[in-house]
Amino acid sequence: MVGSTPLGGFLLVAALLFSIGLAGALTRRNAILVLIGIELMLNAANLNLIAFWRYGPHPELLTGMMFAIFSIAVAAAEAAVGLGLVISIYRHAHTTDLDAMNRMKG
Amino acid sequence: MSFVFWMFAVLTVAGALAAVLLKNTVHCALALTVAFAGLALLFLDLDAQFAGFAQILVYIGAVAILVVFAILLTRGSETPKDGVFSKNWFVGLVIAAGVFAVFAWAVLASVGVLPHEAATPEVSVAQIGQVLIGRYVLPLEIVALLLTAALIGAVIVAMDEKERAR
Repeated sequence: MVGSTPLGGFLLVAALLFSIGLAGALTRRNAILVLIGIELMLNAANLNLIAFWRYGPHPELLTGMMFAIFSIAVAAAEAAVGLGLVISIYRHAHTTDLDAMNRMKG
Repeated sequence: MSFVFWMFAVLTVAGALAAVLLKNTVHCALALTVAFAGLALLFLDLDAQFAGFAQILVYIGAVAILVVFAILLTRGSETPKDGVFSKNWFVGLVIAAGVFAVFAWAVLASVGVLPHEAATPEVSVAQIGQVLIGRYVLPLEIVALLLTAALIGAVIVAMDEKERAR
């Protein structure tokens, strides 16, 4: 199914996705949007892992595929804890604006 | 260059850009779902069926719903008066552009040595399951423990403090 798409195409798309996620995480004020940016960065890394697995010398060993699957599972745990923290902070400070949150003490 | 790949790539990047740029937070979450779906299609295009469907189940089925719940619980859908971008957004944009420039330079400089054609790997889901409970059984158990601990931790962190004190 891959046909004539070179590996570089996938790597460029992953680099673009990572940069978009980084820009979102660095520029948005809302903490949830920062988490969305981090999710995009993790997904870009997963795309790289799968692309290198597909074009690598031994795809039947499933190394890159397993790495991506475990990475998806860890990202799900990260999202759950991150959003729980955002809800907890919102209950304390009544805002999700990161510019208004400049201390760690509640 | 295959047309299907470019279609999926444009869909994914457009979804990601919308998720980062839109003003309404709920719209951002929906655009994020589009980006996740585009990534799942890219995984399927790479013959990684299991990872593609895991992406749909975990990200579109769980993470996107979780994000929407968090937005609705925190009244984050209201657009703030002083804009959605932080005070020093320009610095963040410059850093992201610099990172992309480095990545693109690295990929384009090594395009000659990257492998071009690869035979379609004969991988069935049964094989993936066997590898998961064979060679990768310890990481699998650790991930199971991590997910349990993380979900219990998330519930405890998000729990109402007055409820906890009682």
